Amino acid sequence: MKAVVIVFPGSNCDRDLAVALREVNGQPPAMIWHGDSDLPKELDLIAVPGGFSYGDYLRSGAMAARSPVMRAVAAAAERGVFVLGVCNGFQVLTEAALLPGALMRNREIRFVCRDVPLTVASTRTAFTARYDAGEAITIPVAHHDGNYTADEETLDRLEGEDRVVLRYRAETNGSARAIAGIVNDRGNVMGLMPHPERRVELAHGGVDGRRLFEGLVEAFG
Amino acid sequence: MKTRVTIMLKSGVLDPQGRAVHHALEGLGFAGVRDVRIGKSIELDLADDVAPADIEAMCRQLLANTVIENFRIEAAEASAT
Repeated sequence: MKAVVIVFPGSNCDRDLAVALREVNGQPPAMIWHGDSDLPKELDLIAVPGGFSYGDYLRSGAMAARSPVMRAVAAAAERGVFVLGVCNGFQVLTEAALLPGALMRNREIRFVCRDVPLTVASTRTAFTARYDAGEAITIPVAHHDGNYTADEETLDRLEGEDRVVLRYRAETNGSARAIAGIVNDRGNVMGLMPHPERRVELAHGGVDGRRLFEGLVEAFG
Repeated sequence: MKTRVTIMLKSGVLDPQGRAVHHALEGLGFAGVRDVRIGKSIELDLADDVAPADIEAMCRQLLANTVIENFRIEAAEASAT
């Protein structure tokens, strides 16, 4: 699998994502700086990491979504390249309109940083192909703006089209319909608030995030 | 030309910060506060030939997230500096 990790000023999970990808894929991803407007031609996966891109100025992910590299990411997604946005990466993808909805301030206002129990709600795409539908997994979250919000029509469509990929099993941040992760209509762009890259080896306290990367590697070889 | 853009969460969208400030005001003993909504105010200093349509485009493309926010554009008084 040919993978890249996008790096914005203020990203802080880019190296964790790179380590997870190297672990599972056998080769390190290329790191792409936010000001670059070109991505490698041969490309299977673009990973957009967590962190505080541009200091969360204006809104979380808002500035990053308008950076030069995101135009290239949008064009690649349009060609069918897979895009994975974790935490701030999810916020960036919604701000860039590659995914519907928005991630607002957590309902209880507090920054939430802990392991959360999740259900794998859909195994339709390569992102979760290595999980069982309905499987209970535990992956940590660390965010202030993870409260997934969209209008009712959008939420109904996401559910009707089997695009809700992960749900919280317990109240976490106020997200509509307990949504923790979604995919776009083509199924090649996924955003999630939990950090799968923080659960890929036993030293992390669990490996529930590992199969997400394995599913992608399996899809692309 | 000073222009002020006021951005507020849409009416149906829960505003956790506004709710917390509302509770704090009640805690201070202020009665009669029905609701508190927190938004942001952005002041733009624009050349005279910037078209209103461009200001609106700035709001739609960056300043507001129209999934959850509304915006209002108005002329602002020159700042005191």
